[in-house]
Amino acid sequence: MSLYSTVISTRRTLIPLSALSQEQDIAVVQEKISKKVRSLFGGSLAIRFVDSGSSNAEEQEATALSNAFYDSERFGIHFVASPRHADMLMVSGAVSRNMALALKKTYDAIPEPKIVVAIGDDAIDGGIFKDSYAVLNGVHNVVPVHFQIPGDPPSARDILVSLLYILEKIERKQQ
Amino acid sequence: MILIILKFILLPLLSPLMVGIVRKVKALMQNRQGARIYQPYFDLWKLFHKDEVISPDASWIFFATPYILFGLSILVLVAVPVFGSVESLIPFSDFLVVIYMVAAATFFLALSGIDVGSAFGGFGSSREMTLAALTEGVLLFALLPVALLTHTTNLALMATYAANLPVTSYFAVITAFLGYIIAMFSETGRIPFDNPATHLELTMIHEAMILEYSGKRLALIEWASANKLLFFALLGVNMFFPKGLTQAGDPMALLSAFGISVFKTILLLVVIAVAESSVAKFRLFRLPDILLTGFILGIIAILVAVI
Amino acid sequence: MIATLFLMIMSLYGIGAFTSLLFRKNKEVATIYGNFFAIAASVLGIILGGEILLTQTVLTGTFPTSLPLFSLTFRLDSLSAYFLLIISTVALASSTYGVGYMRHYFSKYNVGVFGFFYNLFLLSMVLVVTANNAFYFLSVWEIMSLSSLFLVLFEYHNGETLKAGIVYFVMTHVGTACIVAACLLLYGATGSFDFSTIARLSSHIPDAIKAAVFVLALIGFGTKAGIIPLHIWLPKAHSAAPSHVSALMSGVMIKLGIFMMFRFFIEILGQGPFWWGAIILAIGAISSVLGVLYALSEHDIKRLLAYHSIENIGIILLGLGSSMIFLSLHLPALALLAACAGLFHTFNHAIFKSLLFMGAGSVIHATHTRNIEEYGGLIKHMPYTALFFLIGSIAISGLPPFNGFASEWVTFQSLFAGISLLDVAGKTLFLFAAGSLALTGGLAAACFVKAFGITFLARPRSHESEKAKESSLWMIVPLGFLSLLTIIFGLGAGWIIEGLKQILLSVGNFGVAFSSSSTSPMTIVAQNGFAQLNMPIVFLSMVVSILVVYFFTRVISAKQKVARGATWDCGYIGLEGHMEITATAFSRTLIMIFKGLFQPSQQHQVEYIDADIRYLKKSHAVNIATENLYEKYFYTPLQIITEGISRKVKVIQGGNLNEYLLYIFIAIIGLLVWMRYF
Repeated sequence: MSLYSTVISTRRTLIPLSALSQEQDIAVVQEKISKKVRSLFGGSLAIRFVDSGSSNAEEQEATALSNAFYDSERFGIHFVASPRHADMLMVSGAVSRNMALALKKTYDAIPEPKIVVAIGDDAIDGGIFKDSYAVLNGVHNVVPVHFQIPGDPPSARDILVSLLYILEKIERKQQ
Repeated sequence: MILIILKFILLPLLSPLMVGIVRKVKALMQNRQGARIYQPYFDLWKLFHKDEVISPDASWIFFATPYILFGLSILVLVAVPVFGSVESLIPFSDFLVVIYMVAAATFFLALSGIDVGSAFGGFGSSREMTLAALTEGVLLFALLPVALLTHTTNLALMATYAANLPVTSYFAVITAFLGYIIAMFSETGRIPFDNPATHLELTMIHEAMILEYSGKRLALIEWASANKLLFFALLGVNMFFPKGLTQAGDPMALLSAFGISVFKTILLLVVIAVAESSVAKFRLFRLPDILLTGFILGIIAILVAVI
Repeated sequence: MIATLFLMIMSLYGIGAFTSLLFRKNKEVATIYGNFFAIAASVLGIILGGEILLTQTVLTGTFPTSLPLFSLTFRLDSLSAYFLLIISTVALASSTYGVGYMRHYFSKYNVGVFGFFYNLFLLSMVLVVTANNAFYFLSVWEIMSLSSLFLVLFEYHNGETLKAGIVYFVMTHVGTACIVAACLLLYGATGSFDFSTIARLSSHIPDAIKAAVFVLALIGFGTKAGIIPLHIWLPKAHSAAPSHVSALMSGVMIKLGIFMMFRFFIEILGQGPFWWGAIILAIGAISSVLGVLYALSEHDIKRLLAYHSIENIGIILLGLGSSMIFLSLHLPALALLAACAGLFHTFNHAIFKSLLFMGAGSVIHATHTRNIEEYGGLIKHMPYTALFFLIGSIAISGLPPFNGFASEWVTFQSLFAGISLLDVAGKTLFLFAAGSLALTGGLAAACFVKAFGITFLARPRSHESEKAKESSLWMIVPLGFLSLLTIIFGLGAGWIIEGLKQILLSVGNFGVAFSSSSTSPMTIVAQNGFAQLNMPIVFLSMVVSILVVYFFTRVISAKQKVARGATWDCGYIGLEGHMEITATAFSRTLIMIFKGLFQPSQQHQVEYIDADIRYLKKSHAVNIATENLYEKYFYTPLQIITEGISRKVKVIQGGNLNEYLLYIFIAIIGLLVWMRYF
């Protein structure tokens, strides 16, 4: 019983939509997004997350997306268990050599149409690990990247805002 | 005949909404806003318009399973009464036929899980068949008391006669319903049996088998499991709480009976979502205990019903 | 006409046997002679069976012999004809199959001798169903047992086979001994060995004798049918024999145990007390659940199928048992339905079990192993065999729309009738039976997902299965024929049930005037409309629904492409065959759930790279085993006791002539005393 009363009495902590309108300096790497994408992802976006050797900071933030504060599910954005179900590949980390094959395989396993987002400075160009012998200096060296979300790590709010921006951008192109 | 075709089209269209409602209620229980209740339609629409990636190891079983699964799921939906006694004319509306059609769908789903040679799929199949094997008896024994009380195994007739049962038989009906709920949780993969929202392959049952599917075939499977949820909910409310089903044949009466059925179903689903939110997932080896409880409830209900 | 046909069948089998033996030097010719005469005879057998069933004639006859008690009387009534039909149908398929299958024995074994015993086996089965005299019956029964024993022993280079043969030999003779005792008791009570005469006089047999005959016959025929706990020979023998012989043994021979139960318990002994049926029902329930559970733990494909035979015998006995209970309670209409269920399942099981055994045979033929773990991916190499095996799997799992579902449905209906109509004890018994049938259905489906999935799907797990080729046309066509029958028997279930009612009414003891139901025979009606099943409609609606879905999807996502990409392996270097789920792993969960029955054990053998620092393992072997409870707690103690007693008894065999003279003297004195005073 106390469970239900807790559920009912807890204050709503959700971040309102209006607070998410802040512009974000998101980098559009590749403009080549097929026509099909534009008409599709308006209401439903499934993300497959790959950690290609990150410090786990991005993962923490991405996990926060589905909690009660950010609740990305209300926009139809959710993480999935298999790349086969995904529309978007979200990659963090500077791509260590050991993870390159896994990243490539994940990319191949996602059915078309698909979007690739590199998240965090490491993923964009290697960040503090840049030019180390163990990393490949960013996701774009392994798979084609469409969008990059900078920050080390970007906060959950940044990620959410960026995702909404990406969706918006895709839809805008449609018109 | 017209009714069959109507149900054939209408009920599958309704089923994603039910999934949406369950998800919404669960989100609210977690203090989230959650996805819109018509989110599943968006998901399906998107999946139908995506390409597919299929493993070269897959055989025709993998290709054909989604169609078989969806076809059977609509059939069992059609067999459930939503209007009233008019549906007794549906020729496959026998409760054994329906139970075994569900089992046939599970059979193919489990085969497709093994088919591509992924270790996850194989374990999903193994677990699914383990649970399905034990659940079949629970489901049968939950419906049998109603059949024995109403002296028919035709689902529509069972439902219409059950509406006029004397108060003395309510105990059997309620006990059977409790058993039915356990079977329903197991068959539709709800917590505590299976977590439909899990991302962890090691704890998956149903999800593990469909990891390999993508695009339109994934859409069909997701939709089929939505159909299955609607089927079990509809069957549950109309077998055990058949108030509202009509014996008349005119369109207005049918329409109101349909409306009441849908309303009851939504009510049941809300209750299920709340119940699901308040329990934790069980260990796999504790699940037979729950199913055994369901089985015993069924036996009690049968013995009470026939003595 | 009918008599000629019958004689022709017998002589064709005879010719097949002897020509095959005659030409044993030339293996090709011997195979052809051995199988073609069997094919011809079985075609005639189908014609004869159909003819008798359609015309409702009863063929009786006697071969003259000098001994009056040992008269070779045979009687072909419609029940015999029904079983003749079963034998001939399976024999037709298996003989055709044998032409292709025997080839891989050419280099190792003597095919001519095989052909001799094969035809003899078929012939003796035909004679068993037609025998009408206990002596004559026992001798053909014994020929059947022995000829099948030699077929089991055919691969005699294999040590396992010899062991299986010995177990089979012992068990089948324990059974025969019980049958002999039962027949002698009947002779004592009626003064006749003639089954018809015994049946006529059965009302005069005292109840105690009847009970003894019942128990003895149950043990005797139950051993042949493979009921639990008398089943231990069955998995061993069936897996040792060549596959099409396994198909015959599993599909037909064990059914003759059922046939004789029908003859004895329903026809000859007449209406029995309640507890007869109750015992059979309980045995049926236990056999079905345990059979399928043991099947789950097997990963030898033929042993798995053999355990499923035990399960299905259990389901048949559920029908027979409930029929006997209803008879004892004077509910003839329900008894008729239940007996129909049993007989219908008998034929269905004969069809799909022989289909599965021969399918397994094709797989073994292609991969040279019986271990499921070494198969995998065979659906790509053997598409037809896979398709037919799948049809058999669906049928045996009791899933719609095939024949297994139809007969399980009817069995369920008779059990439901028991639940709703009997007193509390009866209800509980029937509830137990219905529960075990439901559990059996579910577990069978799980087991066949395993059997089909691990064998045919995913990637190959051994080099043999990578190189496997589709078998020859001789082996595919019989599988196709049996698959077709599976579908036809599913669709035509209503008509077949009607026909079975006629057969059983002619056998008698269901003494009501049978009112033909008003609905068309397309629908099976149970208990005055309690339930109805229309198999053609079920089949049709499934097909239509799936096609509608298919075309709907074609329309809605017309433009979407299908790309090929490797199985999702979480980004690993590459999946290999041994990373897939195995048969052992598949059934592990269920085995753990039913641990009390299996007593699973685990042994780990770990070898470390450095035994002092136990960090890195060099190899790790896990040995997972289950215990055979019957051998451990019943047969092994029994064997020890028997041996102990034998050793004690051996003392009197001193080897001294004077001692033996003393024994004779004592025996004569004893006899004289007995004659004088008793």
